Amino acid sequence: MTCPSRFSQLRKLGLRVEDSDFVIALAGNPNTGKTTVFNALTGLRMHTGNWPGKTISRAEGGFSYGGKRYKLVDLPGTYSLLSASPDEEVARTFLLFGQPDVTVIVAEATCMERNLNLVLQVLQITRRAVLCLNLMDEARAHGISIDTRHLARDLGIPVIPCAARSGEGIPELIREISTMAARAETPPPRRLPLEIPGLRTALDRVEEDLREVFPQLPQPRWVALRLLEGDREIMQAVQSGEIGALTVPAGAQLTANS
Amino acid sequence: MKSPADVLKQTEELRWQLPQNLHDRIAESIHGEAARIAERSITRSGAGRRLAWQQKLDRVLTNPWTAFPVMVLVLGAILWVTIIGANVPSGILTSLLVDQGHALLTEWFAAAGAPAWLKGLLVDGMYLATAWVIAVMLPPMAIFFPCFTLLEDFGFLPRVAFNLDRIFQKAGAHGKQALTMAMGLGCNAAGVVATRIIDSPRERLIAIITNNFSLCNGRWPTQILMASVFIGTLAPKGWGGSIAALSVLIVALTGFGFAMLASWLLARTVLRGEATTFSLELPPYRPPDFWKTLYTSLIDRTLIVLWRAVVFAIPAGAAIWLCANVSIGNQTIAAWFIHAAEPLAWTMGLTGVILLAYVVAIPANEIVVPTILMLTVLVTGATGGAGAGVMFETDDESVRAILTAGGWTTLTAVCLMLFSLCHNPCSTTIYTIYRETRSVKWTMVSTLLPLAAGFALCATVAAVWRVLA
Repeated sequence: MTCPSRFSQLRKLGLRVEDSDFVIALAGNPNTGKTTVFNALTGLRMHTGNWPGKTISRAEGGFSYGGKRYKLVDLPGTYSLLSASPDEEVARTFLLFGQPDVTVIVAEATCMERNLNLVLQVLQITRRAVLCLNLMDEARAHGISIDTRHLARDLGIPVIPCAARSGEGIPELIREISTMAARAETPPPRRLPLEIPGLRTALDRVEEDLREVFPQLPQPRWVALRLLEGDREIMQAVQSGEIGALTVPAGAQLTANS
Repeated sequence: MKSPADVLKQTEELRWQLPQNLHDRIAESIHGEAARIAERSITRSGAGRRLAWQQKLDRVLTNPWTAFPVMVLVLGAILWVTIIGANVPSGILTSLLVDQGHALLTEWFAAAGAPAWLKGLLVDGMYLATAWVIAVMLPPMAIFFPCFTLLEDFGFLPRVAFNLDRIFQKAGAHGKQALTMAMGLGCNAAGVVATRIIDSPRERLIAIITNNFSLCNGRWPTQILMASVFIGTLAPKGWGGSIAALSVLIVALTGFGFAMLASWLLARTVLRGEATTFSLELPPYRPPDFWKTLYTSLIDRTLIVLWRAVVFAIPAGAAIWLCANVSIGNQTIAAWFIHAAEPLAWTMGLTGVILLAYVVAIPANEIVVPTILMLTVLVTGATGGAGAGVMFETDDESVRAILTAGGWTTLTAVCLMLFSLCHNPCSTTIYTIYRETRSVKWTMVSTLLPLAAGFALCATVAAVWRVLA
């Protein structure tokens, strides 16, 4: 099933995803072309359609690059990780408990503002992320230009402009994924400037408690915020101690030890 | 040492000190931050050219006065292309697989000295059923699916959902049901799975129960054949194809009407509740990648559906042959059933043969027509076949001759088209409904509701027809 690609080190592994070294999640708003990026990376031909909500459950595929095997998980598109529709739950649960080594956030270059909402929410959970600015061809046609270096600095993650349909930017994206996956240290999640009276003190106190009870928890501040908002799923995960199972991604530990 | 319960208790207390609208304010902060970041790194240099034509197109495709005619025209055009385009390749496949292939296999079995029952079961039963399914199904699917996928990739489907949203809202259903029904036009099992995009369990159940009213591709061949053979031939010469396409379009739209009616009834009775609003983004139009779409829809959709049909056709072929050749008492199993079902069938404007065909065809709708033809030959003893339980070559002319010999009239064809629209889902869809709902009750409702509608509809049409004629 493997076939040589024009990007010499890339081998598309299709559905052969066992024994992968790294797990990569694909997240993003609906209809931003996640499945097209997924197909471009894995060589699979998952059906894509031009309407939001096409990917209903998560799809998996694989590729290998530079001697490492990567498992890629295509998550359903969501506008946020806040409220709990089944789609958002699938995406959020995977980002939180699936602990991908790298999360590729696919955003539509033509409506960045709305897409950034989700980007910021993902970055509160994990900073092991790469932003794939898809549909750059469409953005150009609309007369939109994006300063990707500035954006990368603001967000604190690499930003790759792409047009997945034609394959533009895919080699760069793969390179960035592999660099991020091999990174030993996991940067702390990005903080939101929350200017709400009393929130910071409350967050500090809950975060402190969480650190005491679950010392390994990688994103205590995000969990604290979800608890204060009364998020049932997270409250249950804390109650059952399930949330304590969260540690840094297995792949990152592996690289750190070797 | 604190416990998880302590953390939750602490949170509970702290929550009282925070603003009531915390959720909204957090969402606002995130939106504000996103807007600031976007502003810093994005520059716009006037609206591009593509925006202008997209807006113009959207004005036509979402305006209530133009949207509905355009949607009906597009569906009609696809059906027309499918009917006209499938004719020639279907003919070639029939002569290749059914005429020549069957003759060749018969020769081989004769040369090998195989017993008659073995040749009958394998060649006349299994092989012919399969060959027929491929010849009848492959060409229309190979045209219908790519057309549909191209429209989907272009961005037409969300506009359809947008236009139909108000009708669905009035029926008490969810606007996204338009998308799942469109998927159902390809395959009902796929349509049922697609209802996962509907969040409210109530509206999702409505979408699941009514999905069967979308004509699936296993039923398109029945519709198309009946329309071509019985209705198209009533039209003046040269108009046959168009009239046939029009009558199939009417049946498909009737199905849509039934889905709305059933949704409305369900939402007023057992599945009562508020219709939830939803926001559906109208994505930009994107030029589909023609060759890639063609390839993907051929490999991933057409061949998969065809394979499923073949897998079901092989045992069904054997079952049909056995039904027609194994006798209990003085007549075959098939004859027993057909005679018993005749009174009920007459009330519905159908024949006992058709009802038996629908029992045999529960695994796959695709084999309804081959079964009907084979059984008609058995009962009427019409010539042209190669003996009891053997399906034979079938161009439109000989199909008409055989069926007329079996007592068919235009009424029978019309009622068959309606019954093909309204009857129980195929076994795959029934199983999928059970897997999605995990409820025997709702699976039963989804199975029996269309069947009841079909009985009522056919009986009414037949009664009115007989009074008028």
